[in-house]
Amino acid sequence: MFKMTPNVIRNLFRKKATRRYPREVRPTFENARGALFNDIAKCTFCGICAIKCPSQCITVDKKTSMWVYDLFACVFCGICVEICPAKSLHQQSKYRLPLPERETITMKGEPKQKSEKTKKIPKERNHDSKD
Amino acid sequence: MSKTIVPFGPQHPVFPEPLHFKLTVEDEIITEVFPALGFVHRGLEGLAIRQDFQQMIQVVERVCGICSMIHAMCYCQGIEELMEVEIPPRAKMLRIIWSELHRMQSHLLWLGLFADSFGFESLFMQFWKIRERVLDMNEATTGNRVIVSVNVIGGVRRDLDDQQMKWILSNLAWVEEEMGRLETTLLSDYTVKKRTVGKGVLVKEKAFELGTAGPTARASGLAQDMRMLGYAAFDQLDFEPVVQTDGDCFARSKVRFQEVLQSIDLIRQAIAKISQGEICIKVKGKPEGETFTRVEQPRGELFYYIKANGSKHLERLRIRTPTFANIPALLSILPGMWLSDVPVVVLSIDPCISCTER
Amino acid sequence: MLHDVTCVSREALVGEVAKIKVQGYRFVTLSCVERNEENFDIFYHFDKNLSLKHFKISITRGLSVPSISPVYFAAFLVENEIQDLFGITFEGLVVDYERTLYLEPEIRSTPFCRYTVTETPGVGKAAVVESSTEDP
Repeated sequence: MFKMTPNVIRNLFRKKATRRYPREVRPTFENARGALFNDIAKCTFCGICAIKCPSQCITVDKKTSMWVYDLFACVFCGICVEICPAKSLHQQSKYRLPLPERETITMKGEPKQKSEKTKKIPKERNHDSKD
Repeated sequence: MSKTIVPFGPQHPVFPEPLHFKLTVEDEIITEVFPALGFVHRGLEGLAIRQDFQQMIQVVERVCGICSMIHAMCYCQGIEELMEVEIPPRAKMLRIIWSELHRMQSHLLWLGLFADSFGFESLFMQFWKIRERVLDMNEATTGNRVIVSVNVIGGVRRDLDDQQMKWILSNLAWVEEEMGRLETTLLSDYTVKKRTVGKGVLVKEKAFELGTAGPTARASGLAQDMRMLGYAAFDQLDFEPVVQTDGDCFARSKVRFQEVLQSIDLIRQAIAKISQGEICIKVKGKPEGETFTRVEQPRGELFYYIKANGSKHLERLRIRTPTFANIPALLSILPGMWLSDVPVVVLSIDPCISCTER
Repeated sequence: MLHDVTCVSREALVGEVAKIKVQGYRFVTLSCVERNEENFDIFYHFDKNLSLKHFKISITRGLSVPSISPVYFAAFLVENEIQDLFGITFEGLVVDYERTLYLEPEIRSTPFCRYTVTETPGVGKAAVVESSTEDP
């Protein structure tokens, strides 16, 4: 009958199984997908992240070199990080903290010259499709 | 004998999701049941004409908040069948590892809610403590706790190295030990048995006729489990469906408890048999044709019908989730029961209404 | 791919389904696809020993379909859903929600159809394409 009693008595003398959040915060795992950041110096404003995003939270304007990101629509899936050709997007392992108001991040970069490297990438893709 | 109509739900402490019943009660015994759905209908199948077929993976994952990876796996399998793509064997084993981790997490959630439904809150906390360890395993290997987003068309996005696999195995040993400690509490306790044995009996013929799926059917004696189809490398693993014959709430909880232990065994087998190789192949082109795919979700048989016509948007995506098949079974179990047993019985079919109404 | 799909006519549907019940098949679900302005396809899926069997009927817009819920009770829920979302009427439903299962009673449009039929006084019925295929 008293099957849970040994468990209860053991728990009375052990330290707490729960963490005293927010005083103690658990360190996040390395591979966790958290908040998204863009290194605007490397960004080429190609717009691929805006096309592939499942929740359409990124808007890219090539002419004015603007990269607009809706913090609250993002689902942190990490697809934009994987397909970015310039590798300027990266995700931290810490999740985005709650905010009192809805925010968007707008970043403006230097207008870029089209380098040879960015021109070549679409051609390589066409070759691969023949396989 | 006076008739009263009692509205049960949609908000109820025992339900994870809103479900409404109009119960006609005569002196505490139920005579008629009339279900009402539609509280969380989002029309996600209709999004298929707006998002292209690769973005739909993320949409389909969000159909259910508990078993999301399995929806994505079924969808990717269907599209891979349409595009005639064979994914690498390592990707198949990795999909099995993550889907079995998902199954463990879902059953542990249900076991906790089930204990809470008859007031056993401390057992609820213990089961969810074990579940936190499983969610930690998900987060460390894929990046997120429940909506893991590891499936892509052509394989998986993340890989497991040897150190992570050793860590998973040590965690699984801890989970198994803790489950062993809770087994006598759940399955041999006098109070638990008094609330669950003999309640909500579903006989085998009725279960077959009403088309029930998953642990609800397996607890009534029907040995049907879609993992026996052998999708995604299940044909290389040793596997027998867990079956009980009583058909009451106690049998259903026994089935789910043993399935957690079976999932631990399947993950160990998968880690031992996994081969080296690549995890994803590049897929080009657009799908064309129509196909039907089935996968075993924690709640039962998940059925997908995908129709594509060569453009980047699918023409039709039809999802039939197991709770949709188990609700008519409730309409035959509930009449004749006491009103106070209704929460326990409705929870014992594991209702996931966000799946049902997509 | 080889799938066991048999086309049946609207009149022979209930007979075929009753025959399949005697053979021991379990009911899985129904799927409805809108083919073009005039026609719908409804698939009926059954399962025995892990192999699927399908029936397909083609109906024109405006015609009603005989319900299989007297044969398989579990079909009533999915037939009500198709009534709500596609506007097809089923005759002989065991439990009929009359298009209130998912939708509010005052809604008359059909959410999943790409084409809706409107009636203009003096002109008659004309099919209109809903603007639901916007590219993101």
